[in-house]
Amino acid sequence: MTGRLEAWLYVAQRGSAFVLAPLVVVHLATMIYAIRGGLSAEEILSRTEDSAVWGSVYGLFVAAVAVHAPIGVRSIVREMTPWKGRSLDVAALLFCALIVVLGVRAVGALL
Amino acid sequence: MSGREPPEPELVVEIWRGRESGEFVPYRVARRENQTVLDVVSHVQRRIDPTLSYRFACRVGMCGSCAMTVNGIPRWTCRTRVDRVAGNGRVRIGPLRNMPVIRDLAVDMAPFFDKWQRATGRFVPSDADNRRTFARVPPGSRERQAADAGIECIGCGVCYAACDVVAWNSDYLGPAALNRVWTLVNDSRDGARREHLAAAAGDAGCHQCHSHQACMSYCPKGLNPTAAIAGLKRETVKSLLRGEL
Repeated sequence: MTGRLEAWLYVAQRGSAFVLAPLVVVHLATMIYAIRGGLSAEEILSRTEDSAVWGSVYGLFVAAVAVHAPIGVRSIVREMTPWKGRSLDVAALLFCALIVVLGVRAVGALL
Repeated sequence: MSGREPPEPELVVEIWRGRESGEFVPYRVARRENQTVLDVVSHVQRRIDPTLSYRFACRVGMCGSCAMTVNGIPRWTCRTRVDRVAGNGRVRIGPLRNMPVIRDLAVDMAPFFDKWQRATGRFVPSDADNRRTFARVPPGSRERQAADAGIECIGCGVCYAACDVVAWNSDYLGPAALNRVWTLVNDSRDGARREHLAAAAGDAGCHQCHSHQACMSYCPKGLNPTAAIAGLKRETVKSLLRGEL
């Protein structure tokens, strides 16, 4: 069972990294481009509201981060602290849920 | 001219004395041509301090028992010439990392070899009574070449001492045990492929490797356990997706 879990986590983390790599580039490029010459929150919202493209990009971004980050943090905690086992798995799931909630709220506010 | 001989060149060797706690003690040893680090340690034990504990057997790079930490790097000492490591005339020799120190330079390798067992690093013949068939294994086949790539491991523990993941997670099976499992997964005569992959995929198995490649950098036999572990990652994922893990 633990073999299957670890293998699934490996697949999920590599898969989410594959999705994240281009999205991070899009995110950074957009930020650098958009803030040139100053940009207000009002202007940003005027461009993103009702945009299916931006909603999709950042919705996918949040989903990929929610998968990728908790698996990585779980690995770091297991290596750097004595904390292991089921309680750590539950904490990683809670971290995933937190990212989903905060991310969905943030994306929702853009639209 | 006085006719006096020039002073014999000397080497300052600092050797770890003690167990988990202890200190490096300096010794002065005459430098000789083609001297190995193991020659130096043997000289100290035979001529200067007979209480020094260390381990060796074959002296020719076959048995894997004389590995130590030389100037911070894990090495097989019988095949490491002093000239290569003592540029400034000093050498610091300690026990291997990641294993309990029994005394001085001798470490307890039981945890290292226990992990070979936990990783199912033993050959399981597919033809259990070994009578019905004679295995035909083409030496040039992809599987046999993958198995051959890791088969020359001498179990010296250098990769295990070099591995940071072992240092962080003492349960991690380590490069040598996983390299052994990879040779068995590729061995067409082995009948326990599923068991090998399941053991390699456990929560202390191949997926914990960060691919730092210290094992590959320091393996005295020039093997590449990182590649073996990457192979295990691929095969365990394939096995998972086929529902066999």
